[in-house]
Amino acid sequence: MKLAERRGMATVYEPAEDSRLLATVALDRIGGGRVLEVGVGSGYVASRIDAETSATVVGCDINPEACRRARSEGIETVRSNLTRPFAADSFDTVVFNPPYLPTPPDEEWDDPLEHALSGGEDGRRVVRPFLADLGRVLRPDGRAYLLVSSLTDIDAVVELAEGTGLRTAEAGDASFPFERLVVLEITHMNS
Amino acid sequence: MKESLLDILCCPLDKGELELEVIRENDDEILEGRLVCVECGEEYPIEDGIPNLLPPDMRDEAAA
Repeated sequence: MKLAERRGMATVYEPAEDSRLLATVALDRIGGGRVLEVGVGSGYVASRIDAETSATVVGCDINPEACRRARSEGIETVRSNLTRPFAADSFDTVVFNPPYLPTPPDEEWDDPLEHALSGGEDGRRVVRPFLADLGRVLRPDGRAYLLVSSLTDIDAVVELAEGTGLRTAEAGDASFPFERLVVLEITHMNS
Repeated sequence: MKESLLDILCCPLDKGELELEVIRENDDEILEGRLVCVECGEEYPIEDGIPNLLPPDMRDEAAA
């Protein structure tokens, strides 16, 4: 069964275990300041950060339906490719629950939800460009929270982060029958 | 979008500053307008309160 069928035929990713784990870990650690949620989707994580902390929250998504949905939840939203249109040193916190499911090319399907779920052949199609630009928008003492799955090869994600001058530590995890979900806390190497 | 968002936005192509042109706004925010890069002149539309800062070659692609 294809992922879109498993999730129902929506066009915006609905909050699931991964969203809740990310929200729980991030909420414990956000003191205030400015927060960006990349891939804001339904707005679930961003809305909770907005409601439960004093932080100013901005969301971005490449999917126009997700942008409209997050905005209707009261989240300031920008349509973008990851962090590309944000100025340097803008955020105290960045959170991202990326598309991470490894998907063979012949099983890719062409709709917005594919983009929300599929991480390409190795599961790191979107994580790679995200990590490449993260250090630019993160303040010197900023922290990012990235959800990764054992299906995506967590060590490989850690290596990608280290390759761009970032440091990672596991900040939370949850185990399920077919995967372990981990939230990586990512900081500048010299912070 | 609120005008204050401009402080943290830049052109996705060359990271140039953006200039705001308002077409329609209410007390809180800009609903329709344009963000124009002061470096390269590229224009990014604001529609229904959402700035579209995808680079031009991604802007017209299918939904995702």
